[in-house]
Amino acid sequence: MNDMNLTLQEKRNARMGVFFLAISLAIVVFFALNTPAGLTTTFGLNPGAATNAPQLPDVPVPTASTIWSLAILTAFIGGWQLAKGFKNSNIALLFVVLIFVLAFLTWAARGQSMNFLGIVSASLLRAAPIAFGALSGILCERAGVVNIAIEGMMLSSAMVSVLVASMFRNYDALNPATGHPLFPDWFATIGRTLDSLNLSPAVPWYLLIGLLAGMLTGGLLAAFHAWLSIEFKVNQIISGTVINIFAMGMTSFISQRFLQPIQPLNGSGTFTSLPIPVLSSIPMVGPLLFENRFIIYLLFILVIAIHVMLFYTRWGLRTIAIGEHPKAADTLGVNVNRMRYINVIMGGVVAGIGGAYFTLGSVGRFNKGMTAGKGFIGLAAMIFGKWTPFGAFGSSMIFGFADALQQKLQIFSAQVPIPSEFLLMAPYIITMVVLAGVIGRATPPAADGVPYEKD
Amino acid sequence: MSPVLELRGITKQFPGVLANDNVNLTLEKGEIHALLGENGAGKTTLMNILYGLYKPTKGEIYINGKQAEISGPTDAIRQGIGMVHQHFMLIPVLTVTENVMLGEESMRHGVLLDRKAAAKRITEISKTYHLEVDPHAYVRDLPVGIQQRVEIIKVLYRQANILILDEPTAVLTPQEVEELFNIMKLLTGQGVSIIFITHKLKEVLAVSQKISVIRRGKTVGSAKPAESTEQSLAELMVGRPVELVVKKKKAQPSKPVLVVRNLFVKDKRDRIAVDNVSFEVRGGEILGIAGVQGNGQTELVEAITGLRHAESGTIQISGQEAANKTPRQITEIGVSHVPEDRQREGLVLSFPIKDNLILNTYYKTFAKGIVIDEQKVNDTATKWVADYDVRTPSIETPAGSLSGGNQQKVIVAREFSRPMKLLITSQPTRGVDVGSIEYIHARIIDKRDEGAAVLVVSTELDEVRALSDRIAVMFDGKLVAIVPANEVTKEQLGLLMAGVPESEVLIKLHCK
Repeated sequence: MNDMNLTLQEKRNARMGVFFLAISLAIVVFFALNTPAGLTTTFGLNPGAATNAPQLPDVPVPTASTIWSLAILTAFIGGWQLAKGFKNSNIALLFVVLIFVLAFLTWAARGQSMNFLGIVSASLLRAAPIAFGALSGILCERAGVVNIAIEGMMLSSAMVSVLVASMFRNYDALNPATGHPLFPDWFATIGRTLDSLNLSPAVPWYLLIGLLAGMLTGGLLAAFHAWLSIEFKVNQIISGTVINIFAMGMTSFISQRFLQPIQPLNGSGTFTSLPIPVLSSIPMVGPLLFENRFIIYLLFILVIAIHVMLFYTRWGLRTIAIGEHPKAADTLGVNVNRMRYINVIMGGVVAGIGGAYFTLGSVGRFNKGMTAGKGFIGLAAMIFGKWTPFGAFGSSMIFGFADALQQKLQIFSAQVPIPSEFLLMAPYIITMVVLAGVIGRATPPAADGVPYEKD
Repeated sequence: MSPVLELRGITKQFPGVLANDNVNLTLEKGEIHALLGENGAGKTTLMNILYGLYKPTKGEIYINGKQAEISGPTDAIRQGIGMVHQHFMLIPVLTVTENVMLGEESMRHGVLLDRKAAAKRITEISKTYHLEVDPHAYVRDLPVGIQQRVEIIKVLYRQANILILDEPTAVLTPQEVEELFNIMKLLTGQGVSIIFITHKLKEVLAVSQKISVIRRGKTVGSAKPAESTEQSLAELMVGRPVELVVKKKKAQPSKPVLVVRNLFVKDKRDRIAVDNVSFEVRGGEILGIAGVQGNGQTELVEAITGLRHAESGTIQISGQEAANKTPRQITEIGVSHVPEDRQREGLVLSFPIKDNLILNTYYKTFAKGIVIDEQKVNDTATKWVADYDVRTPSIETPAGSLSGGNQQKVIVAREFSRPMKLLITSQPTRGVDVGSIEYIHARIIDKRDEGAAVLVVSTELDEVRALSDRIAVMFDGKLVAIVPANEVTKEQLGLLMAGVPESEVLIKLHCK
């Protein structure tokens, strides 16, 4: 029995080794042989606006020899894998892919400079909505409810949050006095009072209200989804699709009817960057992690909090139980359906924060269909991350990196002869490759998507 | 002193079915009370009512003489009632500790789980009641016997003094059953009272102090083990005299029909499930395959019937190579297959009986060009339903609405009505009532006597022993022994099923 399994493992190891060697060859053929001698690639190490951290000097590297050494390193890893095999070949795989990306970047920016940390920090911004979606998915699916309506929840929340925040921010412009008889006088009075109280100078109060409205929207849609799938045992994919279609139609209608013609309803401003004292002055790490917008910090907190809650609290144990074997939990006195309601609604609230990120967290206004499938990619990140918060965050970062990279490469389009359309596909191709199971089969919670019936 | 538990006039009406009809039951402190009845007699329904999973239509429950209101498992647990379900209520991806503490979690700092404290209590319980188990092991890695221990610990962890065991021996080897009985005796010695649900007569006589028999939802009698025999209990259970012994003549084996050589098959998780298995079955003989569930029997049968890919090795059926042929090709060689899971693999539950009866012949026998000959289907179905004693209102009735025994008869009718060289039947009588068991067994023997080679796979040791001429034992994917059925005892088979090497089992035989 063991013999045959061993040969399977050996086969897989050998296949992986050959793949590494192929990558090495690809680095040589595509990059090393295409690099004229004597060029230098300069990597910048200061992401965006690092206000507190010390500026780091750029790192110039000789293009050709760097690429050659990366190719040799990959060949060595491949050879080792073939000869002896790594204990964890997935980590070797990850490493090889990173080397390939590095070689590619060195080649793409030959003779020029590229802000490497800038790409990493852009990845985080692009990963954030995906990660919110993935966390939302984890909350629902760990409890056994499939939620493909995350996309629709984010879209609705993106609109509602900007609408509510704009209303409270632009109360003056929406007053009868200024020709927009939308809101009565007392509304402006409330606004003025709150303004004068100056409760939280770092995070404007109207943005917080907008965020809360977004969370409420996500929560309400999730409650609807939960109601359909728990109370009426509607097929959860259909229920989710219905919510997505509803969200698309409703948001574009409101946007066209109100947000576009009445601009004060569609301009909330955004959360501004909040450097955390001391921590933000650490070189490299500081500006990357501790000089972000409020909502990004919220993401960090959520990743950690959901991890702790899932694996170290009563709620978490019960959530995992009802997602795996609801009947077993029921016989021990756990109220399965109530737990599912709570979890799905919590998931909706998290999706709501993700939605608010699109508007309050980045551009301050709503555009039709602006979530652009990020909720679905979030579900892919959840699967890739094996339904764990840190795993999901890590995979979101990979998707975010692919996205940021294609953005960056458009600058180097002169020397990177890849059509930008192909680069735009990169995140989605990664999604597909990942889902096809490079890393190994991911096992969902056993009762995922199955309504609980007491016979 | 009032009894620990008393059920008075429990009645449960499901839409169209009266599952329990005025059932009474009294459980004394420290006794093992067997609840005996056929599948579908209403035993499990009654216990689910007691455990608060169902609400009774009528009737009262008294605990220690006081009337108790049990509207959910939480109430039952609070009243000291614990239940070990027939299908284990364990979560494979969690550890023993997590499974046991679920619903009654130990906490530290108010919010965090205290796995250590819970594990400590589990270890204490293990020691007190001799229920050895590693609290940190993941349930998915534990054998079924140990999983059952975890279930019992779960109940004791909640300080239950009334323990319901629902068909606890169904998944155990004879040795594990023996061990379970010892644990049960130990528990009753410490003041726990046990309701032991089963349909196995031997076990009832071996372990219980009182017996209540349920038939069609009614208590039809109670008995003391000392005053009862298997025969008397069976009659009480079925309501008519029953033939418990399978009658058969001596086998007349002819040429080998099924020849399997060095077969390797993987299971759905890509692990080797059938590991270098070789055997043959001759025409006119029955080879029984015994083994605890999950030791590769399912995969072996699936490979022979073309439902699963054979990695290597050969399968010959009456001289033709059959490895990795399609199920249809294999059927056409003359193979009949009564599958293990009749609802998933044997029947299309939403189809009427008549369509289920022609599932593997519709394109030949019942075809008129490209359409189906409805008249012929109806005539044949009517005849088969009568011949095979399928109790159904009509041949148009969906197979899903029949009882388990009648569903099995539909499959038997379909498979046995074709000319056959080889009959493969897995768990032929699982979930089938005693009356139908008698009938199905007789039919299998008939087919043997007509010259077919028969392969019977069953986890019920008594069944394998009653039917087989030779018995092969499977353990961990390997055929560990093939022995003549009349030369081996139940205990020896049990040891082989548990993986004790054949040589040692034979030595033990000699020592006796």
